[in-house]
Amino acid sequence: MNETLSWKEYLITRAIKVTGYSAIVFVVLIFFFLLREGLPTLAEVPLSTLFSIRWYPIEGYYGILPLLSGSLIVTLGAALIAIPFGIGTAIYIAEIAPRWMREILKPLVELLGGLPSVVLGFLGILVLSPFLRRLLDLPTGLTAFTGSLLLGGIAIPTVVSIAEDALDAVPRSYREAALALGATHWQTIWRVTLPAARSGVLTAVMLGVGRAIGETMTVMMVTGNAPVLATSPGALFSPVRTMTATIAAEMGEVAGGSVHYHVLFFIGLVLFLISLAVNVTASAIVFRTRTRAERILS
Amino acid sequence: MQRVILTTLILLALVSCAPAPSSSSSSLPSTPPAQTYIENKGSDTIVNLALAWAERYQELHPEVRISVTGGGSGTGIAALINGTVDIANASRQIKPEEREKAEANGVTPVEFVIARDAIAVIVHPDNPVERLTLQQISDIYSGKITNWAEVGGEDRPIVRLSRETNSGTHVYFLEEVIRLGEKENKTLFSMDTLLLPSSEGIINEVRQNPNAIGYDGLGYVPPDLKTIAIARDADSPYVLPSVETVNDGSYPIARDLYMYTAGEPTGVVKEYLEWILSSEAQQIVRDLGFVPIVVP
Repeated sequence: MNETLSWKEYLITRAIKVTGYSAIVFVVLIFFFLLREGLPTLAEVPLSTLFSIRWYPIEGYYGILPLLSGSLIVTLGAALIAIPFGIGTAIYIAEIAPRWMREILKPLVELLGGLPSVVLGFLGILVLSPFLRRLLDLPTGLTAFTGSLLLGGIAIPTVVSIAEDALDAVPRSYREAALALGATHWQTIWRVTLPAARSGVLTAVMLGVGRAIGETMTVMMVTGNAPVLATSPGALFSPVRTMTATIAAEMGEVAGGSVHYHVLFFIGLVLFLISLAVNVTASAIVFRTRTRAERILS
Repeated sequence: MQRVILTTLILLALVSCAPAPSSSSSSLPSTPPAQTYIENKGSDTIVNLALAWAERYQELHPEVRISVTGGGSGTGIAALINGTVDIANASRQIKPEEREKAEANGVTPVEFVIARDAIAVIVHPDNPVERLTLQQISDIYSGKITNWAEVGGEDRPIVRLSRETNSGTHVYFLEEVIRLGEKENKTLFSMDTLLLPSSEGIINEVRQNPNAIGYDGLGYVPPDLKTIAIARDADSPYVLPSVETVNDGSYPIARDLYMYTAGEPTGVVKEYLEWILSSEAQQIVRDLGFVPIVVP
């Protein structure tokens, strides 16, 4: 009896360990695949072309700067929308809303997160972009701002869900202690609960931003896909072309092994490095705050 | 020991994510006699039309099997020269050097015009602009003209819409309209041209945006949008696209679509090509947004 149990246990532990390691293995494999397919670009396309401002691959113009600026501007816009709204909603659900309200709101927000992005893209084309064009008197409603609004909407459920979990995990005694010291409800939230849940909230923000930068379908449908380099904040209200939309739109027709194919993989590599940088920064910040807190406690 | 097992498992995981060797096509039903099998390859513009024809023809003649693949006009013609296909689809005429190469290989390409493809230039119904010359359209898309007032419209910015660069229509529009068919002309689309992934995207934007100008295959344009009448140059008449004006050659942005066979076709290939020119097959042409050469 005991023998079989330990044997089973051994197997289960191994299996769990392998699944754990598999994540690392997959990331490394993907990274090497991207390197293998993307790096030939550096030999085939001169750097001056690669970092130029014209993207027109069928005539040999491979400037990725407009695509980079497009992705950054849409993602920044989405983050500016998703972070305050997402964290605000999370605070309301976790700290302020009565129990029954919370039981309705949380599943609803998570349901919103399950909306297919293509559906949001349709809404964007048919409703949001004509509305924004008339409202803001723009030449066209297919702009970076339209994309940012929709991506913000896509990122909010992720931010809310994770941030709310983090706030919920803050021990009750923290709040009780703050209130007992005479802090108001708002002071408790702002000075005690939110800082205590900081690492979870930061994770929520990073995952939300990650969701926004990697989103493809919605962006391709509503941002107009014009590869123009953004040189002023006004670019938020003009059409842009993102890296993800470029890969999605062009990968299907490109000949395997051609220069264009390698450049598309190179763009994928750049995207990969950007999200890696975002994640590393986030965990570095979380790690630093944690060690400082530990130092104070000890 | 533990480490060995772990390594083995990781190796197994690695092996299992390597691509499985593609199973050969030997599992297909036994090859029918050569006479009833048609290999059809070429232009991506025509591939949907060719597929629709092949499907319908196989319903009518279950004994015939037609295999249709794309790859581009050049690919199709190269395959015809090498004798690996029965029919090559092309959205352009065969080049003299391709014909020479074919003759050298003992193949005489025979040309069939099977349909026509016209590009309509569309604007919002409220846009007062009715007609443009090819030069004006070229200037609009290359960014030289940026306001509708410059071509007789209201004082509004022009929003240029185009299909993505992988679309055959995009390339055709670039070569025949923006570059006016001149080989050494290297004009490009203006950088702020919106590249939309689908015909539907272009039609939607034109329908709701009075600043927009777009282009699309004639058959895709719904009746509630305004189609622009186009003239070859300032002295020529302005012509609206229709089956008649495309077929008599007066509408300037239209091209013939071709099929080529190696030598005069015989047997099933001949019957298939005859059926393609029948009114039933030409109705499919119209349904798919191309211009039929035989008016059904």
